[in-house]
Amino acid sequence: MDASDASQLFEDTSGARHGSQAGYKPQTGDHGFPGFSDPMSNLAMAYGSSLATQGKELMDKNLDRFIPISKLKYYFAVDTVYVGKKLGLLVFPYMHENWEVNYQQDIPVAPRFDVNAPDLYIPTMGFITYILVAGLALGTQNKFSPELLGVQASSAFVWLVMEVLAVLLSLYLVTVNTDLTTIDLLAFAGYKYVGMIVGVVLGLLFGRLVYYLSLLWCCAAIFVFMIRTLRLKLLSESAAEGRLVRGTRNQLRMYLTMAIAAAQPVFMYWLTFHLVR
Amino acid sequence: MAFSLYSLIQAALLCVNAVAVLHEDRFLNKIGWGVDQGVGGFGDDPGIKTQMMNLVRSVRTVMRVPLIGVNSVCIVLLLLFG
Repeated sequence: MDASDASQLFEDTSGARHGSQAGYKPQTGDHGFPGFSDPMSNLAMAYGSSLATQGKELMDKNLDRFIPISKLKYYFAVDTVYVGKKLGLLVFPYMHENWEVNYQQDIPVAPRFDVNAPDLYIPTMGFITYILVAGLALGTQNKFSPELLGVQASSAFVWLVMEVLAVLLSLYLVTVNTDLTTIDLLAFAGYKYVGMIVGVVLGLLFGRLVYYLSLLWCCAAIFVFMIRTLRLKLLSESAAEGRLVRGTRNQLRMYLTMAIAAAQPVFMYWLTFHLVR
Repeated sequence: MAFSLYSLIQAALLCVNAVAVLHEDRFLNKIGWGVDQGVGGFGDDPGIKTQMMNLVRSVRTVMRVPLIGVNSVCIVLLLLFG
C-alpha cells in the first residue's frame, strides 16, 4: 500500500531492485554469478535480508511518530517544470491569474501537478544556497572562516523558526479556521530565500546600487505573492474575491495577511544587508 | 547577530517561565484576566483577549511540572559550561 501511494507522488525508477539484492552476497570467486548453488549462503542471505527489512520497518514506524515522513514526501514531489514555474512566480507574480490550489477528493494535489501548491524543495534548496552565497559574499569582504558558515546557518534557521512560531501564535489568537499546516507556513516562510539570493548575487556582480534595486524588486514580488496566496487561505470566501466586507473579524484577518506579507521584505533586508558592503 | 539554536531554546525557556510565574489571585484577577472572568462569549467569535487568557491558563496548567525539570537541566548546563 505504501508503494501505490508513492507511485502517485513519485515515479518508480527502481527497476533494478531484484538484480541488486542477489548481487550483495560476498562471493570469493565469481563476481557476476547469482550464486544459488550454495544452500548455506543462500539461507544466510535470506535471513539477513529479512532481518534488514524488519529493522527498517521498525525504524520507520518509530520515526514516523516524531516526524511525519509520509506527509513530508508530499512536499518534495516536484519536477523541473514545477520548479521553473514557481521560481518565475516568485520573481514575477504579476501576470498569474488563478491562485487557487486544486484538490482531489479532499487531498491537495501534489506540487508537480499544480503550480500553486506549496512545496519544501525550493525553500530547502534556497536555504542551502543562501548559506553558500553568504559564505562567498563574506569571502569577498575578507571575513570568511568556516565557523562563520555555521553561524550564518544557525542564525537564519533561528529567524525562520521564530517567524513560523510568530505566525502560528497570531493565527491562534485571531481564530482563523484555515487548513494551513505548520509545514505550509514553513514553506511560505522559506520562499523569501529565492529573492535574497537573487539580490545578493546581483549585488556581488554589479555593485551596491544593483543590490538595492534587485532587492527592492524581489521584496515587492514576494509581498504580492504572499498576499495573493494567503488571501485565499486566510480570508473568508467573499472577502477573498475582492469585495469589501465590513466587520472587525475580517479586518483583523486582512491586517494579519498584510502583516505576514510585510514581514518578508523586512527579513529579506535584515538577513542580507551585512553581506553586500 | 550570532544566534545559535541553543540561544533560541534559552529564550523560549525564559518566555515560558515568565508566563508560568503569573499568579492567579494576586495579578491576573486584578487586571481582569482571571479564569473566572472570561467565560462570556459562547458565540463563534472568542476575541483576542479570551484567546490570550486561554493560552496563559493552558500554558500554566500544562508546563508547571515539566518546567521544573527543564529549568534544572538548564541551570546545571550553565553552571558546568558557562
